[in-house]
Amino acid sequence: MDRTTDQRVRAADPAPAGPDTPQANRISHPVRPGRWLAAGVVALVLVWLGWSIAVNPNLHWDIVVDYQFDSVILEGLWVTIQLTVASMLIGVVLGVVVALMQISESRILRTGATAYVWFFRGTPLLVQLIFWFNIALIFPEIGLGVPFGGPKLVTWETNALVTGFVAALLGLSINEGAYMSEIVRAGLRAVDPGQQEAAAALGMSRAKIMRRVVLPQAMRIIVPPTGNQFISMLKTTSLVSVIAGADLLTVAQRLYLTNFEVIALLIVASIWYLVLTTVATIGQYFLERRFSRGFGTTVPGTLRGRIGRNLRFTGTAR
Amino acid sequence: MTPPMVRCQQVRKSFGHLEVLRGIDLVIERGQVVCVVGPSGSGKSTLLRCLNHLEEPQAGRIHVDGELIGYEERGGRLRPLPDARLRRQRESIGMVFQRFHLFPHRTALGNVMEGLVAVKGVRVADARKRAGDLLDRVGLADRAHHYPAQLSGGQQQRVAIARSLAMSPKLMLFDEPTSALDPELVGEVLEVMKDLAASGMTMIVVTHEMGFAREVGDHLVFMDDGLIIEEGPPREVLAAPAHERTRAFLSKVL
Repeated sequence: MDRTTDQRVRAADPAPAGPDTPQANRISHPVRPGRWLAAGVVALVLVWLGWSIAVNPNLHWDIVVDYQFDSVILEGLWVTIQLTVASMLIGVVLGVVVALMQISESRILRTGATAYVWFFRGTPLLVQLIFWFNIALIFPEIGLGVPFGGPKLVTWETNALVTGFVAALLGLSINEGAYMSEIVRAGLRAVDPGQQEAAAALGMSRAKIMRRVVLPQAMRIIVPPTGNQFISMLKTTSLVSVIAGADLLTVAQRLYLTNFEVIALLIVASIWYLVLTTVATIGQYFLERRFSRGFGTTVPGTLRGRIGRNLRFTGTAR
Repeated sequence: MTPPMVRCQQVRKSFGHLEVLRGIDLVIERGQVVCVVGPSGSGKSTLLRCLNHLEEPQAGRIHVDGELIGYEERGGRLRPLPDARLRRQRESIGMVFQRFHLFPHRTALGNVMEGLVAVKGVRVADARKRAGDLLDRVGLADRAHHYPAQLSGGQQQRVAIARSLAMSPKLMLFDEPTSALDPELVGEVLEVMKDLAASGMTMIVVTHEMGFAREVGDHLVFMDDGLIIEEGPPREVLAAPAHERTRAFLSKVL
């Protein structure tokens, strides 16, 4: 305690000065030894961790370098990007449609929407993915025609239609739609009902009110959690490795099953996931800035701080 | 003979068991400025909102400019008007809200353009020109590119008036337009409304501004408990109210 006081006095009084001189009125912040100590410990741990990883003979960094841009890995990376973007696009569209059903005046539409959300949020995504992959066991043929057992115009073999990629796309996007609908609904509810009245008083149709007045304002609420969903989805796509989805993790696994470089290939995959997440975070930052126009608020936090936050891998599997 | 601008016949409206309007009869001539006063909960705002069918009355008829609002008569019964025709009716009735309800994601200019572009289908360049003129008319030409959050309450309400005027309405409804404003900002909004009245616009104003009612109003309507208790020239009603309830109300607000 004594030492702190002593330091404060020294910092505040670089030269003897009267009470009215600028130096005397300057605020000096006390030195906090606890914080410095904690920072020192963390820095030490980080350096030690980095060192033990860098020089660890079991980590085979040369193999990591060899495989980082391997064509098989890059193909898997491309599948992951395609799966993420396509599933999110379909998921957002589904989410908007289901959210609009939920606020509809028709009880049947509302019930349908609630049942959809209940089912697809209530079962594990992993189970859904395996289900879609094995859908041929329930429906061996898919056809176009009269429902309830009427004649069919065309039919396809389900197994030919639902490949690993298609099953992955179905599973991920339909699951995502359920989560997105809740996000969109929260956004729609956040818009002041007076906005709809003002637009209706101008003579706007319901569709136009939704498109020009309500949705643009709801976007401010919808975009940040959707960014999170996208980043989560980048990593959730790795679940499709269980149904041979040919994504980044699948191809990494295939490679290490032949060459036994398990750790090296997992590092290769992880580095790519980190790169994708970083790029997505930058995109999210600019999207949020675009949709907060007119609300007098700036996007919280700096771009650099947010990249760090979104790199967390915890809590992404569901 | 031209019909009056507004004719209400036995208009009734309830929310659940609560009867808010219990048979309103009212005739408003072209170019009149009608001020509606009364205690809160008397049904003033609900009546105003029935006039452009933001609320659906359960009984009675409202004609604006000779046109039955919100319903059509078929086979001796009233049926709800198809959406597109209701929208056309609303287009010609401007409404200004207590809490402005400007579109926060659009600039002042964008707010005034919105109806022109989205409803009337005016070309963007033409709409911008006309919206600029209207902002000038309410004294806000220099604020055209500000968002609502960057404007004072009085400025926001003036933009809201300009937004309604952009639709070239034949009737303007004002729902307590100055009640949400700081006292020093009330004057600028009333000034714009005064100019509008002088230009011959038919206006219905739900208000607590008795000074405005006396100075600008042609007709004063006093409502209480879902009924029109008393109406007449503002100076006469304010100076010598005939009804006990009017006297009680005026003694509190004057």
